Amino acid sequence: MSTLEADSATDAHGAHDHDHDHPSYLAHHFDTPEQQFDSGKLGIWIFLVTEVLFFGGMFCAYAIFRMLRPEVFEGCSQFLNTKLGAINTGVLLFSSLTMAWAVRCSQTENHKGLTALIATTLSCAMVFLGVKAIEYSHKFHMGLLPAGLFSYDPAHPHHEGGPNYLAWICAPFAIALIGVVIWYVVSKVRDKQFQAAVALPLIVVCASFFGGVGLGTILESGDSTEAHASETGDHAGESHVAADGHDHADHADEADHAEGESLATLENEISGADYGVRERLATDATNTGIQNELSAIERQSAMASGSAIVGQYEIDATIDSVPSEFLTPSRAGVFFSIYYCMTGVHAIHILAGIGVLVWLLVRSIRQDFNHNYFGPVDYVGLYWHLVDLIWIYLFPLLYLIR
Amino acid sequence: MSAHNSASSDHGSGEHREGYDFAHPLPLPILFGVFAALVFLTIVTVAQASFDLGGLDVVIVMAIATVKATLVVLFFMHVLYDKPFNAVVFISSFVFLAIFIIATLSDSRLTSDDTILVDDAVVTTSDS
Repeated sequence: MSTLEADSATDAHGAHDHDHDHPSYLAHHFDTPEQQFDSGKLGIWIFLVTEVLFFGGMFCAYAIFRMLRPEVFEGCSQFLNTKLGAINTGVLLFSSLTMAWAVRCSQTENHKGLTALIATTLSCAMVFLGVKAIEYSHKFHMGLLPAGLFSYDPAHPHHEGGPNYLAWICAPFAIALIGVVIWYVVSKVRDKQFQAAVALPLIVVCASFFGGVGLGTILESGDSTEAHASETGDHAGESHVAADGHDHADHADEADHAEGESLATLENEISGADYGVRERLATDATNTGIQNELSAIERQSAMASGSAIVGQYEIDATIDSVPSEFLTPSRAGVFFSIYYCMTGVHAIHILAGIGVLVWLLVRSIRQDFNHNYFGPVDYVGLYWHLVDLIWIYLFPLLYLIR
Repeated sequence: MSAHNSASSDHGSGEHREGYDFAHPLPLPILFGVFAALVFLTIVTVAQASFDLGGLDVVIVMAIATVKATLVVLFFMHVLYDKPFNAVVFISSFVFLAIFIIATLSDSRLTSDDTILVDDAVVTTSDS
């Protein structure tokens, strides 16, 4: 019975199809392109609702832990590089602009513009991931890992002999780049116009990842010395001493002077030749570690000569006030668990976005879209804007805590 | 089905028909203006992080982020020109999210202490 009905229905549609009385992009179960568009749009909005609620769980974990331990958040957030976060915010906002512009191009049937703008959005996504790769590999290297794996040591922030994390993160993208280049060359040789037209923008897209890595390297190198000096004043002092070629035994003591040094060592310090060198280095505003150390030595010598009485903690070269103990591996580990979870899931969303944008790129080169059928571009655009929206909240909440 | 037939019957004429003219391309000046505003607000939010505003800090940061999010939703996501039902669906998710977070936070504040075990030594202290 039902088979009969189904058959007759298929027949009716088959006949209908041959009449060509509705456009190829209009599915049979819709009356008009607008109805088709609105149905798809409601669907994608409902999907975005599930995405918001999904991320909401992580924002809730963030809120609970921040409420319980605000000082852990303030302290650990100093390890996140604001410059990298800010540049990634800019990149993502720009990709949102190009995506919204791409939707406009699909509506006005500007096929060349649509392809170019989708490729630009893809390139921005890759730059974002490249910067992220630098950020992650740098933190892995310092042992700033989730709870249980957290192994940061201020005296030796850079672990020796670990795997080259950056190379491992970059490897899939390098393979993709090589693959796309080979694809492009092969399609050129075999004279496949369409495949070559798809592969060419994809080469640019894959190469953008390494542009992002380069950008991240420049920003990270500009910031890292300062960050480490302020985080671990003794580290800066140590490397400076090593560079000066002074005896290391003396300064090995200095490296673990958490509760202050002996006065004898101090007097050696002050009379030592490297005090002058330190003074000179401290004139550079970025050498905050050495500046702190210098002021500590001055205060200590004042105290030793009996001219001043200062509190116990002010003797410490790296700390000016009473410290709050924020960085125990378990607590900091929880912060980094939340950090990796939120930014990692966000990065997975970027990867998924790259997937659907490549699909759009292929269809846009095939010129599938017109002023009645631009739904897929619009839907992917909405998803992409949501990814941007989540980053708009993630960036200040994670990176901009004092 | 009748609507379908009526829509497809006059397909041959090729002119604007019911349901065939719904695209609303956003003017480029609006797109660029929104982008400029977003970049400006990002610079503001980064700049304010270097001032100590005390307890207002989180509120200001979230307010700026919300203004940015609203701009993205209204213009880039086209909600201002969209069917109102879509906006209702989307905004309802934030209502439920707010209920979820507020209820969990107040419960956590009332009933639970910090239960993360700390049995390891302090690695670094802060001068905050």
